[in-house]
Amino acid sequence: MSAVAFILLYGLSYGLVLCLIALGLVVTMGLMRVINLAHGAFAAIGGYVAISLMQQLGWPYVLAVPAAVLAVAALGVVAERLLYVHLYQRSDLDQVLVTIGVNFVVIAVLSMWFGPNIVRMELPSYLKGNIDLGIREFEIYRVVAAAVCLVVIGALWWIFERTSTGARLRAAVDNRGMAQAMGMNVPLLFSATFALGCGLAALGGVLAAPMLPIEPMWPLKYLVLVLVIVALAGHGQVSASVAVAVIVGIVETAGRYLFPQFGGFTIYVLLIGLMVWRPDGLLARRRTA
Amino acid sequence: MTPLPRDSILSRHHWRLGELLWLGAAVACYFAFPEYLALGTSVLVMVLLVQSYDLLLGFAGVLSLGHAVFFGLGAFVAGWLALAGWTEPVSVVLAAAVAAAVLAALIGPFLLRLTGLPLLMVTLAFGVLVFEAAHKATGITGGDDGLSGIQFKPIFGIFEWGLGGATSYLYVLAWLAVLFLLMKRVAASPFGVMLQGIRENPARMRLIGNRVLPHLTLAYVISGAVAGVAGALFTQANAFVGLGVLSLDTSVDVLVMLVLGGIGSLYGALIGAPAYMLLKHFSSQWNPFYWMLIIGVLLIAVVLLGRGGLLGMLQWAARGFRRGRA
Amino acid sequence: MKVAALEASGLCKHFGALHVTQDVSLSLHSGTRTALIGPNGAGKTTLVNLLTGVLKPDAGRLCLFGEEVTRASAAVRTRKGLVRTFQISSLFAQLTVFENVYIAVAQAAGRGFSLWRPAGRQRDLLERTERLVEQMKLQPDMHRKVTEIAYGRQRLVEIAIALALQPRVLLLDEPAAGIPSNELDLLHGAIGTLPADIAVLMIEHDMEMVRRFASEVAVLVNGALLMSGKPCDVMAHPQVQAVYLGVAGKARFDAGAAAYA
Repeated sequence: MSAVAFILLYGLSYGLVLCLIALGLVVTMGLMRVINLAHGAFAAIGGYVAISLMQQLGWPYVLAVPAAVLAVAALGVVAERLLYVHLYQRSDLDQVLVTIGVNFVVIAVLSMWFGPNIVRMELPSYLKGNIDLGIREFEIYRVVAAAVCLVVIGALWWIFERTSTGARLRAAVDNRGMAQAMGMNVPLLFSATFALGCGLAALGGVLAAPMLPIEPMWPLKYLVLVLVIVALAGHGQVSASVAVAVIVGIVETAGRYLFPQFGGFTIYVLLIGLMVWRPDGLLARRRTA
Repeated sequence: MTPLPRDSILSRHHWRLGELLWLGAAVACYFAFPEYLALGTSVLVMVLLVQSYDLLLGFAGVLSLGHAVFFGLGAFVAGWLALAGWTEPVSVVLAAAVAAAVLAALIGPFLLRLTGLPLLMVTLAFGVLVFEAAHKATGITGGDDGLSGIQFKPIFGIFEWGLGGATSYLYVLAWLAVLFLLMKRVAASPFGVMLQGIRENPARMRLIGNRVLPHLTLAYVISGAVAGVAGALFTQANAFVGLGVLSLDTSVDVLVMLVLGGIGSLYGALIGAPAYMLLKHFSSQWNPFYWMLIIGVLLIAVVLLGRGGLLGMLQWAARGFRRGRA
Repeated sequence: MKVAALEASGLCKHFGALHVTQDVSLSLHSGTRTALIGPNGAGKTTLVNLLTGVLKPDAGRLCLFGEEVTRASAAVRTRKGLVRTFQISSLFAQLTVFENVYIAVAQAAGRGFSLWRPAGRQRDLLERTERLVEQMKLQPDMHRKVTEIAYGRQRLVEIAIALALQPRVLLLDEPAAGIPSNELDLLHGAIGTLPADIAVLMIEHDMEMVRRFASEVAVLVNGALLMSGKPCDVMAHPQVQAVYLGVAGKARFDAGAAAYA
């Protein structure tokens, strides 16, 4: 019973953090239809910025985190205007190639700047230690991280599904030309959305740092997991992404806990099976033709 | 019948001067750089692997990040056969090709229904899955240490495998020449033309009566088989096979080499693979992360500038030269 | 009575609560030219999608020369001689006009799995391709990329591809759509040269095209067939006029009829 609780809670917190990162990608891919394999790079940069602010400049955790998010969002705008804007009309292959290239460049720069090893994030004392959740003890940090994720994801869901901004965003996704003809400033919308996506990635990266340690290879190391969630969630409703991410988190955790020999496999087997069965994503409706 | 233009996809069967020049250069290297023949052999193996990938990506338009699986399978099959006592080199290579072809035939019909990101994901996942499985199965793969002590009988009973790679170089070059001719035939055939139609507009192909999936599967099988040959040659040339042959790094390297060389003509591999491998070798004394930076920048530049890689730039220059002379 | 080239009976299609096609029955006979007209949103393209197999009907039957093809895939139907063109050009973008038509010719000749003999040496396929290109008067553009030629000519490539497949039934989805008026002659010429023994169904809005080429007219409104018959009868029918033509349309039709009488 304790083991089940562990797997569920661990997997849940893991999944929620991944979900945050994945949502950033779902948002950008869904709106701009760009396969951005460099999304993880923004998450990693977020982690590095937060750690630098805390360790080099002595900023407290609660300031460093939002600062890192904003910094990466700003970086995202720059990247979008300079680079991604050229990718919108390009083929899948071109987008994959350029974003792999971006990954390489970011990894190289990060390693030259921060060194090739893991950089540990020092959590403030009030986030260390365990808390008794009744069923068993659990790390405070994971609970807090999960809670933050839920709040942010909830806010995103609200914005996209319930507000007019969200409706406008969805309209621009469906028909860019029409949206532009109706007076929406689509380039601005794209830049803002990309910034949002990168900000989410950064927040996810910072929150994940104690669980997925920050190192130069981070963008490639966890790329597959994030892509798995995005691919399985299909063309991006928030609810689908959460469901998929939590499943992935739990399956990953369960796999490693229950079958330490084959732990890493389960998620890949699951992915392959699901993608071949439902290429449009888990919750997409079957096409009629 | 008006003659077809030189650059038409229906003119691919013609002999090109560049092919003969390349072959000549490869043979010249044998005499000119005897100390570098081991490196040269590795380059030739990669050329073959990248060409097999060009058939898949450049012609059929299948974006797979798991091509190393066929390379690795061919490499390990060659290793297993040799360690089990089957040491006749040419037949081992053919056996490896068959093994890879069978794998491709089994998974192709499922994989190739997908396109875009889902296809990328599944091939990536499959590649990583196979790597992890091989990593765990230390009994048959040797794990991190790999399989060594692999020996083969002399080629055709005559040519001994010496140290320093002299025999291997010519042996691999011979295989490369033969397979290049075969792949060129396939690319120039109506089948090859259909593949390009499928790459351009699969929906339209279906509506002109083409079932698409059988074509893609056959392309996958041919591409996989050639990759398997490259893998077997790798093992034979190095008398060793390790997990690196199955790694994601290898799959990504192949993609990068092809892009840098130029996709879609089988010639890109002839330029991209040597350029990449040689650059990598001679810059290996630097920090490996510098390498990543250069490749990253090159990748972005090549794609955004849209000149079709090194090959595209050469062709563009040649056209300008021809126009200047006219 | 001769068996119909294409016989559709009771075709129905709905997307959720929206009934796009309601109990449509249609017969096309070899040698006839039928125009399918109707207001926008009437479900004409959906009907063509049902006929060609892109969509499967929720009810009804479809027979091609007496052979049931209701559940057959699009590729199978094409192989049996049911060919369509597209309202929005769907060509092989990076390839030339010649290469585009060649692909269709090779596919129709069953050479899709020919691996050894070069494509550029298959005389019969090359000659057939060249003949089709000439038939469509596309020789000047023969070796240019399709994306680089005039839109009106791209539509002709569409038709060339369709003809390459040796159709027995040809469905033209708004062939004139998007063609500037100064390029329409090319299209009219091409349609005039269509083989006399095939059955042609044309979705069209251009009344002059309808008057020039159609031997039969079918009117589709809100997914149901309002009526079908000889062009003059159908166009003169008050219900059709009310729903679709309006006063101006009827006048244009009469002018076209007078010019070609």
